[in-house]
Amino acid sequence: MATSLSRAALIGLTFLLLLVFLVAPLALVFIRAFGDGPDLPITALQEPDALAAIRLTLLVAAIAVPLNLVFGLAASWAIAKFRFPGRSLLVTLIDLPLSVSPVVSGLVYVLVFGAQGLFGPWLGAHGIKIVFAVPGIVLASVFVTLPFVARELIPLMEAQGRLEEEAALTLGATGWQTFRRVTLPNVRWGLLYGVLLCNARAMGEFGAVSVVSGHIRGLTNTMPLHIEVLYNEYNLPAAFTMAALLALLALVTLAAKSLLEWHLGDEPSTSSR
Amino acid sequence: MTRRVLPGLPGTLGFTLFYLTLMVLLPLSALVIRASGIGFGGFVTQIATPRVLAAFRASFGIAALAAFIDTFLGLLVAWVLVRYRFPGRRLLDALVDLPIALPTAVAGIALTELYAENGWFGGPLAALGIHVAFTPLGIGVALAFVGLPFVVRAVEPVLADLDRDVEEAAATLGASPWQIFRRVILPPLWPALLTGFTLAFGRGIGEYGSVIFIAGNMPGVSEIVPLLIVVKLEQFDITGACVLGSLMLLASFAIMLTINALQSWSQRRLGN
Repeated sequence: MATSLSRAALIGLTFLLLLVFLVAPLALVFIRAFGDGPDLPITALQEPDALAAIRLTLLVAAIAVPLNLVFGLAASWAIAKFRFPGRSLLVTLIDLPLSVSPVVSGLVYVLVFGAQGLFGPWLGAHGIKIVFAVPGIVLASVFVTLPFVARELIPLMEAQGRLEEEAALTLGATGWQTFRRVTLPNVRWGLLYGVLLCNARAMGEFGAVSVVSGHIRGLTNTMPLHIEVLYNEYNLPAAFTMAALLALLALVTLAAKSLLEWHLGDEPSTSSR
Repeated sequence: MTRRVLPGLPGTLGFTLFYLTLMVLLPLSALVIRASGIGFGGFVTQIATPRVLAAFRASFGIAALAAFIDTFLGLLVAWVLVRYRFPGRRLLDALVDLPIALPTAVAGIALTELYAENGWFGGPLAALGIHVAFTPLGIGVALAFVGLPFVVRAVEPVLADLDRDVEEAAATLGASPWQIFRRVILPPLWPALLTGFTLAFGRGIGEYGSVIFIAGNMPGVSEIVPLLIVVKLEQFDITGACVLGSLMLLASFAIMLTINALQSWSQRRLGN
């Protein structure tokens, strides 16, 4: 009796905790965005600056995600299928962008490409602008999203071993055929989740992008940066409309993760910390 | 038997190293080079100002406190998710990752509106004399929010692997639930709890987006180090930004080392 009572109390407490702590902020975003009917959010999304921010965010994700997808595939193939000295150092290096403060991630690009940076004088002399322009935003986004695909794939590929690939090669498949027909199908769900995570972070990154953006409305403001601008102007309906779009993206990512875990069995995912 | 049958190592490893060098090592070494040019004396002058010291105290102190609270909350959530089967469990499990998936700026404005004095929670709390938004307490709320999933996800797998027989044996021998928790369940969980705490702390000290809206950002009181870096950059004080940035980078390295040490400790313990 006592145990079932404490069980109910602990479950209830957890529900309450997550409701107050996690659900309330999420609910607030949608209520503030859509609580007064669809007119305000629709007008807010038709603002030229809002549209420019959405376009820039899509552009950044369209560059950063494929780059880090290719990197993730290459890195996980090398790290999971082979043993070589310095392998664990390489894994640590891939994880590094997750441990560094977003602000520091932006700062390092200012130090490389900014006016007072390493390549600043040369870039200035040739009229190339990277920091406080779109290329800087793309670079910072690639930096912060670099680990996501690789760290989903490395444990998966390691668990799958190399027997199937070796069998395919013995049967006469080329290396590329083996990768496409054997390795890729085996890791497709993890790959999909890694891409979704990478995309969510690329579209939602704030700190790193904020440092290198220069905050030029309609030009170098991504969606999260535009939220800040709108919020500081006390244009709350517009700020929360933009926030609701990004929150929706987060919910889709979470739903995909649950689906994936359901697909792979009931084990909770331990690969993403 | 050590002959490499699988192809593609030189190509993929070469590309991996090239990409990491270009995207991660080169930018980070720019910071290290820049900071090493400042010299020890320069570092001391930059750091030994009341504003910088207060920012470090705020960032590290509040992050430690938030991670400490997350350790308890995270243990509770992980326990319920691992040990009980109940309707809504899958939803609860998915929700835990919300702070990781939600863009920090969205979390920032949502928490601010929630805890402002006219907000859903801020109003009742203000009536009790507790002011959250625009105070250091607000920073703590934001950091506890972003840190929670790290503890849950660190503790969950270890908790799932615990041998239930030992608990049953302890119960048969007359141990109370509290004794079983303290003497049987808690000891093997320590490395995971410490890992979760360290991950949440590491995320907390670097956190920017979810904090700056709710913090109030008063220099000396509620100004965090990442914000001070941004302030210094906006004032074209590159040297000052480099000093703070390289110290934050150092802290990140220290945290990564700690987590690696904790994980090998944990593996040794579970191996026995």
